[in-house]
Amino acid sequence: MELSILTICYLIGSLTFIIGLKMLSHPESARKGNMVAAVGMFIAIFGTIFLYQENGVGLHNYGWIFGALVLGTVVGTLAAKRVKMTAMPELVSLFNGMGGACAALISVIEFGHIAALYSGEHPDQVAPTQGTLLTIFLGLIIGAVSFAGSIIAWGKLNGKIKDFSFKGQQVFNLVLFFATLAVAGYLVVAIDSSNYVLFYGILIAALIYGVLFVLPIGGADMPVVISLLNSFTGVAAACGGFLYDNSVMLTGGILVGAAGTLLTVLMCKAMNRSLTNVLIGSFGGNAAGAASAASGSQGAYKEISISDAAVCMSYANKVIIVPGYGLAVAQAQHVCHELEKLLEEKGVDVKYAIHPVAGRMPGHMNVLLAEADVSYDKLIEMEQANDEFKSTDVVLILGANDVVNPAAKTDPASPIYGMPILEVEQAKTVIVNKRSMKPGYAGIENELFFQPKTSMLFGDAKAALQKLVAEIKSL
Amino acid sequence: MEAILNWAQAHIDIIYIVVLSIFLGIEVIGRVPSVLHTPLMSGANAIHGVVIIGAIIVMGKVEPGHYVTLIIGFLAVVLGTLNVVGGFVVTDRMLEMFKKKK
Repeated sequence: MELSILTICYLIGSLTFIIGLKMLSHPESARKGNMVAAVGMFIAIFGTIFLYQENGVGLHNYGWIFGALVLGTVVGTLAAKRVKMTAMPELVSLFNGMGGACAALISVIEFGHIAALYSGEHPDQVAPTQGTLLTIFLGLIIGAVSFAGSIIAWGKLNGKIKDFSFKGQQVFNLVLFFATLAVAGYLVVAIDSSNYVLFYGILIAALIYGVLFVLPIGGADMPVVISLLNSFTGVAAACGGFLYDNSVMLTGGILVGAAGTLLTVLMCKAMNRSLTNVLIGSFGGNAAGAASAASGSQGAYKEISISDAAVCMSYANKVIIVPGYGLAVAQAQHVCHELEKLLEEKGVDVKYAIHPVAGRMPGHMNVLLAEADVSYDKLIEMEQANDEFKSTDVVLILGANDVVNPAAKTDPASPIYGMPILEVEQAKTVIVNKRSMKPGYAGIENELFFQPKTSMLFGDAKAALQKLVAEIKSL
Repeated sequence: MEAILNWAQAHIDIIYIVVLSIFLGIEVIGRVPSVLHTPLMSGANAIHGVVIIGAIIVMGKVEPGHYVTLIIGFLAVVLGTLNVVGGFVVTDRMLEMFKKKK
């Protein structure tokens, strides 16, 4: 391997990816880590444009290349800066799909290139190796699956696409998957690079598979799926690296493939569900959920008035707020911060207990509260919160449901059984704010609502909090 | 079998890179607080945009006159750029919320 400036650029790129990822896993260094990786990427890209040489010939078509770079940068930056905070996971999915599509298109072009070489049109009449064909097909299939799946995931988080599945879908998916691999395998072994029909057939099959893979999975599980698709695209990028013997594509791709896979597993652990359960068990979950909802008893619940709640909270020593999806939907985070400040002025110690999967993505609540300027150190993680509930006077639950459902500990038939929850029942009083008694995302009853220490404060989170604030001010 | 072993022998350095990268990727993610799962996913998303380099190489080698290939290549680079730039900007936005208030 001859040492050249480009090689050094690629080395720097690879190092920044590793260091950047490491820094991204700690809150203090996360933002800088992102910058580090971005700088490395910049160096690798521009090094390639100006220094890449094959057989002594550099790259041309600079006008087109820079045109594409500018277009992508402008659109990408605008989209990323303008999007609402809560719409960011779907944007991540969309960008992931773009990467997958890029990988697939590279394979399309290379296949055409090789077909031309093999058919003798090109002066270098070299037959392609099986290895080359294999990487082309892998890049094509994985890139296409990732692209199609990511678009569906984007639509699901958007609300534009509903869950959909048909009988025997699992079987159909498996058959499609193996058939695609078999055809590609045949083309590789036979070193057949002229069969365009089969090539595009494989591309279409991979796209369909990507769609069907993600379509039946529930919206709440999308972050896990996006993380998995993320690692797929990483592997597709690595295939490109194999194809061009390009070390930076290889390291970047494999790093993301491995890290992404582990991250997916970690996300599943936080929900205490296995990956297979997430990918395939969406049906089983719903059926069990329906059963327990039907058999659950509609016990008696207590309601609390705004004025009682105001008094209760103002004269407490310690209040812990549990935010949930309902808070995000009502966009009540700013009023919530007002409430917190008001209570603190009265000498109440206020904290926020954040469950790892509260809301619609990990970190959703953190982002929501940060948007309202809530101080980062007021947010406590689940483990610490569970220690503090016994010394807490009032717990105020704002639109959270499944993350405080005791059935996760007590009812083996429940779809959320085994998931660690916030043990709010250890506090002296629990006030639950919801719009109605309707079940939450998992579709099951929550026995917390019927317990003696709990009272319900019905209403939209924003309206209820505004009334609470007004009431406390008048005390 | 013989062909695979020969290939492995010739490309042993790539095999080292792949294996070490896998272990490295797993190690580096080690203990991530769950609140960072989403920004980390977004950052990793931006990093796999390195696939754009392949698209640039492909587009840079297109001979004049092959317009279809050029357009596909153009599309590939645009998509790759969206992945890279969009990815890093979104990640930065997610992380700017993690400032400690004094």
